[in-house]
Amino acid sequence: MTVIGVIGAGVMGVGVAQNLASTGHDVVLVDKDEQILADALGTIARNARMSRLMGGPALDPDEVLARITTSVGVGGAAKCDLIIENVTENWDVKREVYQALDAACGPDTVFVVNTSAIPITKVAAVTGRPDKVIGVHFMNPVPAKPAVELIPGFHTSPGTVQRTRDLLTAMGKKSVDVKDSCGFISNRVLMLTVNEAAYLVHEGVADAESVDEVFRSCFGHPMGPLETADLIGVDTILYSVEVLYEHYADSKYRPCPLLKQMTDAGLHGRKSGRGFYTYSTAN
Amino acid sequence: MSNTAKEQILDFVRGRYPQAEIDETQDIFALGFVNSLFAMELVMFVEKTFGVTIPNEELKIDNFRTANAMAELVARLSPTLAVA
Repeated sequence: MTVIGVIGAGVMGVGVAQNLASTGHDVVLVDKDEQILADALGTIARNARMSRLMGGPALDPDEVLARITTSVGVGGAAKCDLIIENVTENWDVKREVYQALDAACGPDTVFVVNTSAIPITKVAAVTGRPDKVIGVHFMNPVPAKPAVELIPGFHTSPGTVQRTRDLLTAMGKKSVDVKDSCGFISNRVLMLTVNEAAYLVHEGVADAESVDEVFRSCFGHPMGPLETADLIGVDTILYSVEVLYEHYADSKYRPCPLLKQMTDAGLHGRKSGRGFYTYSTAN
Repeated sequence: MSNTAKEQILDFVRGRYPQAEIDETQDIFALGFVNSLFAMELVMFVEKTFGVTIPNEELKIDNFRTANAMAELVARLSPTLAVA
């Protein structure tokens, strides 16, 4: 049984670690301090408990936790054959992490970049193993989402693609192949949609409720784009649109001023209690 | 505590979905706008508000479909609270 390294114990890392452990994989979860790791294990225990209620399998939280060990610093993942990195979507942070991982791990270790926007070839370039670096865009919440985007970089070898695909299959995930491109499929379309939906509200064409109602009632989407923005975080939406705007230098990605104002005003969506909608409890 | 468990639960659900008319027998999942994420919020609300821990075997959608079902769950876990 191989041990999988999971770097970063934020929302995505926690989801990946839980998904791996609940499908029988041993995991080393890595972050920069003990408290973050302790909180992450608490979250995983809670999420495992809620799994059946969220439409997933019934899980025993103790069994899931028993498969996860934690480590402060990337050294703990040095012996792993495959590492899934989930640190924040900030290039300077990612670059530092990959340089440290490249120095700590053996030459055969595969690095999986969990990102929604950063080009995989750019990540591979800061390592000495560009053939063993591949992107996987996991969706949130990871254990509940049936598919991912799989993104080989320019130099990624067929063997690395196959190893990653096999692991994803073992995690219960279907993968959709995408060429390396900022925003891949999901964010290029979704962020433009949300941005344009925000423009409709900004210009007074319709209120948020009406925009979402069209998507729910006419298209049968479970959530409208502005409800989705509140769930993801209005600030996160803005940053993603800005990344696309900067990367492609294309005016179609111009960020809606309303997203900027809401971000400045602290209307970040569900997590702050107010975004396009008001929530009775922040979560 | 001035309200019954059922009323407090109904207030919480109505507060979140003010556009819907919800009574204690209505299946809030069948209405279509309540998703599994809200089910988790309901669990946290019930545990925090009534100071109970819901055992793993009770964490199933059927216990959270209606305000009546949730109030019955609270009553099973903490008989004195449900009628207080």
